[in-house]
Amino acid sequence: MQDFFANCATVLQKYGFSYLRGAGTTLLLALVGTFFGCLIGFAVGALQTIPVDKQRDPVWKRVLLKILHIFLRCYVELFRGTPMIVQAVFIYYGLLQVFGIKMGMWQAGFFIVSINTGAYMAETVRGGIVSIDPGQTEGAKAIGMNHWQTMLHVILPQALRNIIPQIGNNFIINIKDTSVLSVISITDLFFVHKSVVGALYTYFESAAIVMVIYLTMTLFASYLLRLWEKALDGPQNYDLNTTDSLAYTSGMYNAPDPNHESQNLDMKGGAAHV
Amino acid sequence: MSEPVIEVRHLSKSFGTHVVLRDVDFTVNAGDVTCIIGASGSGKSTLLRCINLLETPTNGKVLFHGSDITAKGSDPCAYRAKVGMVFQSFNLFNNMTVLDNCTAGLRYVLHQDKETAKKTALENLEKVGMAPYIHAKPRQLSGGQKQRVAIARALAMQPEVLLFDEPTSALDPQMVGEVLAVMRQLAKEGLTMIVVTHEMAFARDVSSHVVYMADGVICEEGTPADIFEHPQNAKTVEFLSRFRQA
Repeated sequence: MQDFFANCATVLQKYGFSYLRGAGTTLLLALVGTFFGCLIGFAVGALQTIPVDKQRDPVWKRVLLKILHIFLRCYVELFRGTPMIVQAVFIYYGLLQVFGIKMGMWQAGFFIVSINTGAYMAETVRGGIVSIDPGQTEGAKAIGMNHWQTMLHVILPQALRNIIPQIGNNFIINIKDTSVLSVISITDLFFVHKSVVGALYTYFESAAIVMVIYLTMTLFASYLLRLWEKALDGPQNYDLNTTDSLAYTSGMYNAPDPNHESQNLDMKGGAAHV
Repeated sequence: MSEPVIEVRHLSKSFGTHVVLRDVDFTVNAGDVTCIIGASGSGKSTLLRCINLLETPTNGKVLFHGSDITAKGSDPCAYRAKVGMVFQSFNLFNNMTVLDNCTAGLRYVLHQDKETAKKTALENLEKVGMAPYIHAKPRQLSGGQKQRVAIARALAMQPEVLLFDEPTSALDPQMVGEVLAVMRQLAKEGLTMIVVTHEMAFARDVSSHVVYMADGVICEEGTPADIFEHPQNAKTVEFLSRFRQA
């Protein structure tokens, strides 16, 4: 056991900085990939839910939408249905060999993680959109909003709130799964681990260190996502502006003070005003 | 005063083989308060939803100031911005505060700046007695409060016509009172309204025109006095007899 800790210390002393850099790379790939993946997911989700009116819409619009739907369906199925490691090889080396397009390692890395996450998020977002009560869409239509305004201001913000747990899932999966990008020679955390093991043969120690780093990143990510959820929910209570002539406010709130800008109804700070 | 604003012409609607509306024809003039009454399932709500194009009519036309809004190529969004609607289930935007609910249409549809929109929204929230609650979210309000906010949201758009789809059906008697008080006030101010309702007293006292519907057709229409005091159609008589007993 003592050996284990001593070895860990040696490994860290020698390669601590490499681990940190590897962790940084992993985190960056996961963050950028999840962010753009979500954007793709929201765009695809919003496109998939464009309403079609058989009587009023012209034929070309309906045909165009049909083609779009098939295209988006193919995208989702293709990227959900194949392993990311194969996609990485296929895109990075394939583009070079077949089309002569030389993608930078980073570009390719971001592209692959984003487009992969996008495929998963597309379905998640669609679920999120469908889960919002259609009455709100009607409410938005009734004041003259079009599909995009309704999506942007009413539906997607609520869908976002509902799918944060799923975004968190994807982010955590990305932190771990970007390790496959070492096939296109990105020096992520797992790649550092392999290099260290190659040099020192400290399989167990290095694995332990890497696991702790991965776990720290994912736990911290979960914590931040919880905070974000709470922030999106907004405060539990609200402040009255003046007095309402029609509603019965007694029992809810006593004597609002107009000079006091924000009166907290929250009981956390003690129920002093009751 | 009697210029027609909305004209429904030979309107039919069917969902699959189920015919909900058959050859409905009526006119709403500026300043009219038209109440549509009738049993549940008689097609009242569907008619109202067709007028606001939330349902596409199977046949027939809806004219707004003489132009056919059901025609291909007409812009439903521009039309809906002028014809507001209040729903049975409020349909407020749950992600926004009361104030944002009322400014959303002004800012995103009419592209007003934030301050102008806020001013208009506050005036209308004041009118329905909900100005104190501008920071609240819909889930923190009672049903009656939600419905008053929904009315303010529709009013903020300064619509030419306001459609009400059973605005009090989801409320308890006290809240019904709150909402009806607001609607009476609006009627007094001369707003053109089409109200689908089960509140017979409201229809009798406030409306200028009453339409009685049964089985997807208009059975009888006329002034409240005509319909409530001297109904001609047997179905109307029977429908109202239950109301009179109550």
